[in-house]
Amino acid sequence: MQEPVVRFEHISMQFPGVLANDDVSLEVRKGEIFALVGENGAGKSTLMNVLYGIHTPTGGSLTIKGKKMQHFSPKNAIDLGVGMVHQHFMLVPSFTVAENIVLSREPRRGGLLYDRKAARQKTEALSREYGLKVDPDAVVREIGVGLQQRVEILKTLYRGADILILDEPTAVLTPQETEELFDILRRMVREKGMTVILITHKLGEVVSVSDRVGVMRQGRLVSLEETKNVTERSLAAKMVGRNVLHDPFLKESQAGEVRIRAEKLSVLDNRGLPAVKELSLEVRAGEVVGIAAVEGNGQSELIEAITGMRPMSGGNVEICGTSIRGMSPGRIRRLGLAHVPEDRLSTGVNPQGTISENLIMGKHRSREFTRLGFHVNKGALERYVGKIFSRFDVRAAGLDTTVGSLSGGNVQKVVIAREFSFDTPVLVISQPTRGVDIGAIEFIHQHIMDKRAQGCAILLCSADLDEVFRLSDRIVTMYEGRITGSFPAEKITKEEIGYYMTGARSEEGTSHG
Amino acid sequence: MGNLFTVGLFQQMLRSATPVGLAAMGGLMTEHAGIMNIGMDGMILMGAFTAVSVSWLMGSAWLGLLAAILVGILVGLFFALFVVKFKSDEFIIGTALNILAGGLTVFLLRSLFQVKGTFQGTPDRPVVGLPRVNLGILAKIPVIGPILDGSSVFILLTWLLVLVMWVFVYRTPWGFWIRAAGEKPDTLRTAGINPERMKWLSSVICGGFCGLAGAQLALGNVTLFSEGMSNSRGYVAFACVIFGAANPGKAYLAALMFGFFDALGYRLQDYNINANLTSTIPYVITVVMMVYVVVRSQRRQKQR
Repeated sequence: MQEPVVRFEHISMQFPGVLANDDVSLEVRKGEIFALVGENGAGKSTLMNVLYGIHTPTGGSLTIKGKKMQHFSPKNAIDLGVGMVHQHFMLVPSFTVAENIVLSREPRRGGLLYDRKAARQKTEALSREYGLKVDPDAVVREIGVGLQQRVEILKTLYRGADILILDEPTAVLTPQETEELFDILRRMVREKGMTVILITHKLGEVVSVSDRVGVMRQGRLVSLEETKNVTERSLAAKMVGRNVLHDPFLKESQAGEVRIRAEKLSVLDNRGLPAVKELSLEVRAGEVVGIAAVEGNGQSELIEAITGMRPMSGGNVEICGTSIRGMSPGRIRRLGLAHVPEDRLSTGVNPQGTISENLIMGKHRSREFTRLGFHVNKGALERYVGKIFSRFDVRAAGLDTTVGSLSGGNVQKVVIAREFSFDTPVLVISQPTRGVDIGAIEFIHQHIMDKRAQGCAILLCSADLDEVFRLSDRIVTMYEGRITGSFPAEKITKEEIGYYMTGARSEEGTSHG
Repeated sequence: MGNLFTVGLFQQMLRSATPVGLAAMGGLMTEHAGIMNIGMDGMILMGAFTAVSVSWLMGSAWLGLLAAILVGILVGLFFALFVVKFKSDEFIIGTALNILAGGLTVFLLRSLFQVKGTFQGTPDRPVVGLPRVNLGILAKIPVIGPILDGSSVFILLTWLLVLVMWVFVYRTPWGFWIRAAGEKPDTLRTAGINPERMKWLSSVICGGFCGLAGAQLALGNVTLFSEGMSNSRGYVAFACVIFGAANPGKAYLAALMFGFFDALGYRLQDYNINANLTSTIPYVITVVMMVYVVVRSQRRQKQR
């Protein structure tokens, strides 16, 4: 019978302010492909980092191959046969494939010199044994991501791994490369008796490749089943099915003219790959359009393109009827757009600046406060800042407190206070309540609803599906840079939305893997 | 112009290139480890001062050389303490090191030897220089023979060191680790090797080479110490590292190029060209070289 090679018992992982793993008990059996699914922030990666010795759990115990593990490092994990293929590859770009594979355990000649021939031979032998074709002398920088991933896998095999953890391995692969990878993984398990743990949020993959599947949600393991007993649909429901915490807002449609219009918009990501693909979208005055998408499906790039922080590679965007092609974020703002960015500490505020400095950003050049470009009218400035400070209920010692010393919720209130005070006709809001405490969430939601009532056109992007449902008039699902569906919020369930978000279904009737 | 390219020109070229080349061998270690090291000039200067002082005190050029390397290593440790351990800005620490070396050597020169400007030893006890090569019968080899005969030993030893460094960087595990520490420290860390330790190592090697460069400058090229005698060679060595993409062979070739134009500058003085003007030639060439490197790398990036 299959024995457990890894056993998590009541594992808890408490980070400052976040309980990333909450009493997780789980056994992974020898010779199986175990899939761990869940939304971003559900605690999958944390759990795997515990297994790899990167995090020491704050509670519970971990057993690897019958050995109780306490305070161990990745090196100890490697020695026990645990190999991890990180989502962001750990390869040295200027080294060859063979050099990367043997790094830190180089074969030597005469005790001193690196043995190139042996490194190449070992690479070729492993490559043949596991059917992972690579050219040992190719420079890693010059090979594609699919091949780089093979090198990562070979590296763990070279180090003697028989428990292989793959963190979102298919995020960077084409469908063909994905299929090849799965063939290889199946063979490793069948022929070599290896154990594979696959972290993913693509449910199609789970169903096609895994033996068992665990679903994580908000740090807890909420389901553990044989893959043959689940469907993509049932998994989607478990992944996203949360209880609604708040009462819904009463909404009556009052949509007016189009304020944001994206037409066949295409945007590239940081690696130069298409992130948004010919996407068309409209947001009207007095409505909230919520984007529901799993992280990494182009929603961040879409928001950055609309706000001018990232160039478009194709198509067009109009704000209040004016094309923003080639405009700077500043000019787009002057057209009447305010933006609450997703990463508030790096793009939302200047953490070293005081609250009042942060509150007047964007208005710092306005006539109200300046003469010949200098801040002269201190009284008006202080009155303005003081007014929004109290209206938005920022909890801080005073206006001269640096923003970086505030809690997450209060930093977000500073951002929202500033952006909402511009009284613009268009608002683009990303992750308005990420990492914000419950009380502040209610407050922020109320302000967003007030803006809607004033006739503002609001584009909302949130990883929190409850939030999207609570605030939106219309919900748009995105998957791999395309819109897969658009629904009035009251006419769709969360379970169905989850299905569209994971690409399992699309309004055009095409099914994605 | 026919008599411009004389044996003397090439002898001077090698003489100028050797300290720069030696310092560049050190600089390429820190460069590979991902440290921008502009403190080499100060390291060379301290090496030169130590070499001359110890050579005079002990009456041995080799002891002077050894002491210069040791002081270089100490300075390398000091540099790594701030840059690697305390994570200070490497540009600031490098600059501080250069200023410190300039002031400290002048101060010590005046307080220890009671001289200003230049120290050549005392009448009863001159500073001992490093030995020169006697090629004997080999001096008869056309072209190369006359150029090398009677030159400082380190001109030849440098060639050996360039080879050793090339093997070290590209053919030993430590070379791989140092390069990985500079390029992708997290990769090295997950492989179980501490990248900070590699940075320390590179800094120490750099210090040692710069000490050696200083000793060659003060005891090989001449046998004296003069204030500020490193004369920006540390910066030129840095430029050679960048120009040679931190490859020992290429960096040494860049040092030779610098040496050639330096020597050419000297030669042109014979043609009644202002010495102040001719001495700028190697530095102007260095600037041109750097511009070329930047333009080339930008063009490559565009192609990608």
